[in-house]
Amino acid sequence: MFKRILHWWHIIRQLSGDNAYEQYLKHHAEFHRATVDAPPPLSRKDFFKLWQDSKWQGIKRCC
Amino acid sequence: MNQSVKTIFWILLAALGAFAVAGIALNRGESINALWLITAAVCIYAIAYRFYAVWIAAKVLTVDETRATPAERLDNGRDFIPTNKWIVFGHHFAAIAGPGPLIGPTLAAQFGYLPGTLWILIGAVMGGAVQDMVTLFFSTRRNGRSLGQMARDEIGAIGGTAALVGTFMIMIILIAVLGLVVVNAMKHSPWATSTVAATIPIAMFVGLYMRNIRPGRVLEASAIGVALLLFSVFAGGWIDQHETLRTWFDHDGLPLAFAIIIYGFAAAVLPVWLLLAPRDYLSTFMKLGTILLLAVAIVILRPNIHMPAVTQFVDGTGPIFGGKLFPFVFITIACGAISGFHALISSGTTPKLLSNERDIRMIGYGGMLLESFVAIMAMIAATVLEPGVFFAINSPAGVVGKEAIDAVAKINSWGFAVTVEQMRQLATDMGESTLFARTGGAPSLAVGMASIFGSAFGREMLALWYHFAIMFEAIFILTTLDAGTRVGRFMLQDLLGNFNKKLGETSYPPSVIFTSGMVVAGWGYFLYIGVIDPNGGVNILWPLFGIANQMLAAIALCVGTGILVKSGKLRYAWVTGLPLAWLLVVTTTAAYEKIFSTDVRVGFFAAANDLADKLAAGVLPSEKAEVAPQLIFNQHLDAYLTMFFVVVLWVVIVDMLRLCMRYLNGKSVPKLSEAPHEPSRLVENWVRD
Repeated sequence: MFKRILHWWHIIRQLSGDNAYEQYLKHHAEFHRATVDAPPPLSRKDFFKLWQDSKWQGIKRCC
Repeated sequence: MNQSVKTIFWILLAALGAFAVAGIALNRGESINALWLITAAVCIYAIAYRFYAVWIAAKVLTVDETRATPAERLDNGRDFIPTNKWIVFGHHFAAIAGPGPLIGPTLAAQFGYLPGTLWILIGAVMGGAVQDMVTLFFSTRRNGRSLGQMARDEIGAIGGTAALVGTFMIMIILIAVLGLVVVNAMKHSPWATSTVAATIPIAMFVGLYMRNIRPGRVLEASAIGVALLLFSVFAGGWIDQHETLRTWFDHDGLPLAFAIIIYGFAAAVLPVWLLLAPRDYLSTFMKLGTILLLAVAIVILRPNIHMPAVTQFVDGTGPIFGGKLFPFVFITIACGAISGFHALISSGTTPKLLSNERDIRMIGYGGMLLESFVAIMAMIAATVLEPGVFFAINSPAGVVGKEAIDAVAKINSWGFAVTVEQMRQLATDMGESTLFARTGGAPSLAVGMASIFGSAFGREMLALWYHFAIMFEAIFILTTLDAGTRVGRFMLQDLLGNFNKKLGETSYPPSVIFTSGMVVAGWGYFLYIGVIDPNGGVNILWPLFGIANQMLAAIALCVGTGILVKSGKLRYAWVTGLPLAWLLVVTTTAAYEKIFSTDVRVGFFAAANDLADKLAAGVLPSEKAEVAPQLIFNQHLDAYLTMFFVVVLWVVIVDMLRLCMRYLNGKSVPKLSEAPHEPSRLVENWVRD
C-alpha cells in the first residue's frame, strides 16, 4: 500500500516538474562522468529559472 | 487471459456499445439516463483504441519500437528528454485540453443531445485522434519539427506559410471568443468578478514563491495556490453580500472587456514566471481535479438528460447561433471531435519527450479520446438542465427580448417550459442576480455542473459550486488567453524580424511592447465588437473560430496524407484522406453559408445589409443605431476573413494533390525529410537482436 502511494507521489512529482532539479543533477552527473574539469551543476534557483523560461518557448497550451 | 476469452470480451463490449448507441439514437421518450452516453462513449473508445489505432500504428505508420526517438538521440536534459509514457500522456493531455471541448458541446446542445454526441464520438475516433496520432508520429520521425516546418518541407512553401498564417488567425479569434465567454460570465456578477480577479494576485504569489521564496518547489507552491483559490470562491460570497464591496465588482460588459484587454497586454509583457507559469500550474490542477470530480459525480448520480434527442432548431432557427444542423454542428464542436490546434502540440512539443515510438498510440490517439470524453461530459452537463432553462440562460437578449417576461414567453412558444419564477429561484440558488441571456456557454455549464455536484455532494452549497465552476472555467480560459497572446507575439516578432532585425529580438523591450500591443489589439477588437453586439457576439465569433480550427486540422491532415502518399502508402492514404475530405466539405459549406446565405442570422453580408437598411430607414432604437456602423463594418470584415480561410485551405489542398499526382506520375517531389534510422539503446537487448 505504502509502496503504491509512493509510486503515485513520484508520478505526480514528475508530472508537475517538482523533481526537475533532481533529474537535472542526475543527468549532469551522468553526462560529465568522464569529464575531468566538469563545470559545477547550476544551483536549484538558477536551474529553475532556466527550466521555467525554456518551458514557455513555443505553443504550450491549446483550446 | 487466453485468446478465446479475449475474443468474447471484445465481442461483448462491441455488443454493449452498439446497444448503447442504438439506445441513445432511438430513444424518443421523456428523458434518458446519462449513463447511456457514458457507456456508448467508453465502448466506442475502447474498440477504436484496441483495433483501429493498433492497425494504424502497425500497418499505416509502421511504428518501430527499436528505433531511437529524438528524445533519446538528442537528449539534452532540458527539452529533449526520454520520459515515462504516463508522464508524457499527462503533459500532452494537459496541453491539448482547454476550454474548447467544454464550450462547443454546450452551444451545440441547441440541436438536441444526439447530433453533437454522435459527432463527438465519430469525429474523435475517425478524425481527431487519427490527426493527433499521425502528426505525433511524423513529427517524431522528423526530430520533433513543428507542423509549419513539416508542411514547408514535405509539401512546399505555400503549405508552410498557410499553416503559420492559420495558426496566427486562430489564436486571435480564439482569444477573443474566450475573452467574451469570461466577460459574459462576470457581467453584473460581483461574486464571479471578484473571484476571477483574485486569481491574478494568487498566481503572482505562487510565481514569486516558486521563483524566490522556495525555488523549484512546484507542488508545494501549487497546493498553497489551490487552497487560496478555493478560499477566494468563499470570499467572493462574502463580497457579494457586502453592500459597498459588491459595487466595486459589479460591472457592465464593456468595462470588463477593457479590463481583460489590459490584463492580456500585461500578461504578454510580464515575465512568464510571474503570471503565466504559476497560473498554468493552478489551472492544470483545477482542470484535472474538476474533470475527475465531474466524472465521478456523473457516475454516482446517473442524472437524467432532459433535452430532446433532436430539437426543432436543426432547421437553422436556433437561438444560440443561426444555421442548420449540417454543417454547423460540425463547426461548433471542433475541440472534442477534431481540433487542428492539437497538431501544434503533437508536433514540436510532445515528440521531444517520447522515449519509444510504441507510446505514440497511447499519447496521440488515447490523449484525444480522453479529450473527447471531456466533451461528452460537457454535453451531459448542458443537457441535464431543463431545456427551457438551458435556452433561457443561453439565448441572447437580441433574440428573445430583454425583459424576463418576453424571454419566457418566447421560449415557451418554442415548446420548452420555463417560468420567470423558476429562473428567479435558480438565480437566487446560484447566488446571481439573473441568469437570463448569460450567453457564451460558461454560465449554463456552471449551472449544469453545480446541479450535478450539488445533487451528488450536497445541495445547500449550490451557489458555491456554481462559482467554483465559473472560477474553474475562467482560470484556464485566462491561461489560454495569456499563453496565446504570448505565442502570437513570438510569431509576429519572428515575422517582423525578416524586415527589421531589431524587431525580431524577443527580449528587445520596444519590440515586445509593440508586438504584444498588436496582438492584443487584434483580439481586443473582436472582443469589443462581441460585447457591444446585442445578439451576444458568441454567435459570430464561435463559428469563425470553428472554421479556422477545422482549417488548421485540414492542413495537418494534408501534411499527413501527403507524407503517406510520398512514402508509397497510397492504399492507406484514406486514413487521413477520409477525415480530410469530410472537413473540406464541412468547412467549405459552412464558409459558403456564412458568406452568401440570405438568412440574416447566418450570412455575414445579409446581416450587414439588413442592419444598413434598418439604420437608413431609422427604425433602430437609439442604442442600437449608435453601434450599428461598427457592427456593419465587422460583419464585412468577418465575411472577408471567412473567405480568406477557405481560399487558404483550398490552396493547400490543391498543392497537396498536385504533389501526390507528381509523385504517382514518377516526377520529382520534395524528398521525405525523415531522420535516418538509429537503433534505440533504451529497449531491452532481446528486442534489438
